[in-house]
Amino acid sequence: MIKQTNGEKIFAFFNYTILLLFGLSIVYPVIYCISASFSGVEAFINGEVVLFPKHFTLSAYQYLLEDTKIWIAYGNTVFYTLFGTTASISISVFGAYALSKTRLRGRKFINFMLMFTMWFHAGMIPFYLNIKELGLLNTRTAIVFAFACSTFNIILLRTYFSVVPKELEEAAIVDGANDLYVLFKIFIPISMPAIATITLFYAVGRWNAYFWTMVLITDDYKMPLQVVLKKMLTVLSATDEFTQTSSDTFISYGKETVIYATIVIAALPMLIVYPFIQKFFIKGVMVGAIKG
Amino acid sequence: MKIILVFTYLPMGGIVIAFKEFSPFKGIWDSPWVGLKNFETYFSGTYFIRNLTNTLMINVYSLVFGFPLPIIFALLLNEVRSKSFKKSIQTISYMPHFISIVVVVGMVTTFLNPESGIINILRSALGMEKVYFLTKSEWFRPIYTLMYIWKETGFGAVIYISALAGGNQELYEACVIDGGGKWRQLLNVTLPGIASTIMVMLILRIGGMIEVGYEAIILLYQPATYPTADVISTFIYRTGLGSAQPKYSLSAAVGLVNSVVSLMLVLFSNYISKKYTETSVL
Repeated sequence: MIKQTNGEKIFAFFNYTILLLFGLSIVYPVIYCISASFSGVEAFINGEVVLFPKHFTLSAYQYLLEDTKIWIAYGNTVFYTLFGTTASISISVFGAYALSKTRLRGRKFINFMLMFTMWFHAGMIPFYLNIKELGLLNTRTAIVFAFACSTFNIILLRTYFSVVPKELEEAAIVDGANDLYVLFKIFIPISMPAIATITLFYAVGRWNAYFWTMVLITDDYKMPLQVVLKKMLTVLSATDEFTQTSSDTFISYGKETVIYATIVIAALPMLIVYPFIQKFFIKGVMVGAIKG
Repeated sequence: MKIILVFTYLPMGGIVIAFKEFSPFKGIWDSPWVGLKNFETYFSGTYFIRNLTNTLMINVYSLVFGFPLPIIFALLLNEVRSKSFKKSIQTISYMPHFISIVVVVGMVTTFLNPESGIINILRSALGMEKVYFLTKSEWFRPIYTLMYIWKETGFGAVIYISALAGGNQELYEACVIDGGGKWRQLLNVTLPGIASTIMVMLILRIGGMIEVGYEAIILLYQPATYPTADVISTFIYRTGLGSAQPKYSLSAAVGLVNSVVSLMLVLFSNYISKKYTETSVL
């Protein structure tokens, strides 16, 4: 080990300090939300909550979880994530498999059609009217299928599939295997890490999706968590006079801490899961960059 | 494949309504043609300049403040010797990337709440007046940019961290033997090593300039902050979908302008990229 000079020591000290501060600034808002959600309303309003909960209570959660809306929303989000991700990954795998085959007729053309969607969109309104004309407004079908593929992910997967050794496939075909067999017994097992990465891309995207679900879904009982959360936040953070006139009022007493409880409940699954799935995301970013 | 056809190519047929006076009762095909009227309405109106300025300004803010930070973060992290410290800071910094935008905006709005938000509680504790920042148009861009920085700096550094990890150790040793300190190492070895990555990322950013994070803006802005917050895509949303009397045709026309400009930016950035970094970003 090379001995550190004084200058290097000073540098290292500042470096660690800056990084530590950066880390704290990332974590603090989240900790604050969690602490506030467990605190007594009085203590919270008086600004006593700084780092840890004051006058620990579960009343905010009690209030929130008694409301069936939040459970329905949770169920919907799980539904959209589960079915949406399944639809997405199946379409992507089949599509990428077909496109990785040079014997596919019109491959160049299909590829171009695919790429083109990445560069040019018809825009919000034509997309919306299209869903409307198809009679899919306010349906779960629209949410599951209209956003099923991401061109980028198909291309990513295609790149993976195209490096699968040809010999494996040829050997299988000689043994009388068809495309389905080749796909499920050779391509999918070999590309499992890539498929896992893309599945997670889709799943996190589904879980966090907001804009189009907000636009397309109008029935309360079909709304996912993000949309309901936004609605609750709007109601809860409105000024007092406004809340009283609103018919959708959730909370009259202690709404401040309930807001934080709502935020915590909505963010919790991702906060628990992300440390385990982050490495897939990092890999995905790097592969995308090399390809990109 | 069919899904893409139905959901991205079918809407392209719908673009024609940009040239029509669309009425929901008549449907797309029977609505009368109006030529370029919708485009004229937009370009001659007051919204065009405002939306364009705001789109550009929000990009300038996030480019000036948001773009260098992941690089700096990656550089600092690269100098850390303790593996466990490095790992924990990295993991922490990725966290906001996985939190949904609704939650992040929810946090911002509650922190800034005029009565019960932490910021105003602190302000009143310090004897300052309580301010409802989210209704102040001069505060919108800083708030948006800060939020964006908080959310994406850590994850944005991933690409630079991996570029730095691939750096050539011998070059560092040579530099140290020549008596180069940390600063010299940074300027002569580290930065040139990741310059091409920085270039590619910058070009990608510029290519996606017009697509600002409209989801976040729609969640964060209020009528009071429209003068600085309303960008082209939020205008499209508001006129077309978010109002009681939707002006589908006007909105579609603006959307078409948006898509065309966006396409041009992508092609332009790809051209620049091919020319200077010999990699195609498409």
